[in-house]
Amino acid sequence: MKQFVDVICLYQRTGQIKPLYILWEDGSRYAIDRITQIVPAASLRSGGMGLRYTCRIGSQQRYLFLEEGKWFVERTPIH
Amino acid sequence: MDRTVLHCDLNSFYASVEELYHPETRGKPIAVGGDVDARHGIILAKNQPAKKFGIQTGEALWQAKLKCPDLIIYKPNYARYMLFSRRVREIFHDYTDLIEPFGLDEAWLDVTGSGIYGTGEQIADTLRRRILNELGVTASVGVSFNKIFAKLGSDLRKPDFTTVISRDNFRQLVWPLESGELLYVGRSSQRRLAENGINTIGQIAQCSPEKLRKILGKWGEVLWSFANGYDDSPVARYDSSEIIKSIGNSVTCYRDLACQQDLDIVMYVLAESVASRLRDHGFQCRLVSIYLRTNELLCFSRQMAVEPTDLASEIMKAVRTLYRNNYHWQKPLRSVGVRAGKLVSNFNGRQLSLFADEKQRQKEGKLERVIDEIRSRYGFYSIRRLSMLMDQPLSSFDPKGEHVIFPESYF
Repeated sequence: MKQFVDVICLYQRTGQIKPLYILWEDGSRYAIDRITQIVPAASLRSGGMGLRYTCRIGSQQRYLFLEEGKWFVERTPIH
Repeated sequence: MDRTVLHCDLNSFYASVEELYHPETRGKPIAVGGDVDARHGIILAKNQPAKKFGIQTGEALWQAKLKCPDLIIYKPNYARYMLFSRRVREIFHDYTDLIEPFGLDEAWLDVTGSGIYGTGEQIADTLRRRILNELGVTASVGVSFNKIFAKLGSDLRKPDFTTVISRDNFRQLVWPLESGELLYVGRSSQRRLAENGINTIGQIAQCSPEKLRKILGKWGEVLWSFANGYDDSPVARYDSSEIIKSIGNSVTCYRDLACQQDLDIVMYVLAESVASRLRDHGFQCRLVSIYLRTNELLCFSRQMAVEPTDLASEIMKAVRTLYRNNYHWQKPLRSVGVRAGKLVSNFNGRQLSLFADEKQRQKEGKLERVIDEIRSRYGFYSIRRLSMLMDQPLSSFDPKGEHVIFPESYF
């Protein structure tokens, strides 16, 4: 499932965009502790293509995609 | 030294993109088709499961539905396909600057000088892996020493395969194939060859060029050199393929054109668009051609030379001459097109005509430029010829604004 989400970002002076928080639909807010990888990638599971950020959120690892200016996550966590 | 040429073909491109964006229908038969109401209701692309039902590109949606009632048909999303096409080219650019696109979903790459990335086959595998990982669609790649065999290679095994056709194996791989597999052997050439006992590419290669010339004219010799692997046409650099060779527009009308007046209306809209695009690019044309397709899908084109012009009125005059001389309304027309060729730049002055009224031409030129200006500010439909109002639905399309895809030719 493709889940578009609100994201709070830092626009760095180098031009890079660094996502800081993901705002979930139920109002909760998740801090992104670390970004371990940024690569162009397709998401076969949720159906999309864009820049893929591998994010560590607490103890979980999640893919966050930036596709045509919008952010989405895959519903299920990476195993 | 031999060149290393790759031909990369995105498999069932439109359908693959739709499949990626609709994961819930993955693995089911899907197709991309035009708008039935606007009579663009044909299959544009289909995925592998749909192929198993025998669905073919170009057939009507209802025919496809008969073969496979569960077929899921998506409307085309050209903006997205162009984005994918651009991304794929960006990947190509990591390996070579010699890239010649052939439509949205195919391209030749010359990687002769890209040795630091590996052999042709290794680069081909890398390309396939990256296209799948980064874009989620599959590609098949042909690797060879010329463009013709590279293209054949990409068609041999798909989806998601690399096929190498070398000087050592092309006789085994290419020669047993049907003659129709060779680029530019269409249905009628294939038939003419078959009438002369030539059925495979190998038979073309082993036939004498003189005999082929007798069968197919000078094309025969070209095909002979293709079949023998003598094609040495270069992979054009990416930018140079953007040089415009001709400007054209065509349309499939919402209803068949039944009489001269219908045709006049539609052709005028097309001629205006072509003229306006000529002016945008600073060109004048010396050749006007028309394309007509009847409701039984028979089609033909005719062309004529003209004095260099970028005026809709003059293009239209040529268009009218062409169809009055060549079409006698045996059948209603389904789609029509206008094309301006043999382009010359209009910046270095112009040979004035002895016979035309030059003052009048200048006036018309000014008038058409003003129309361009008004349209660019207030929209295409803000100013139109009175004749367009004779049949509003028929003339209500904006070929210039809606023009998105430029098909390209090998030569």
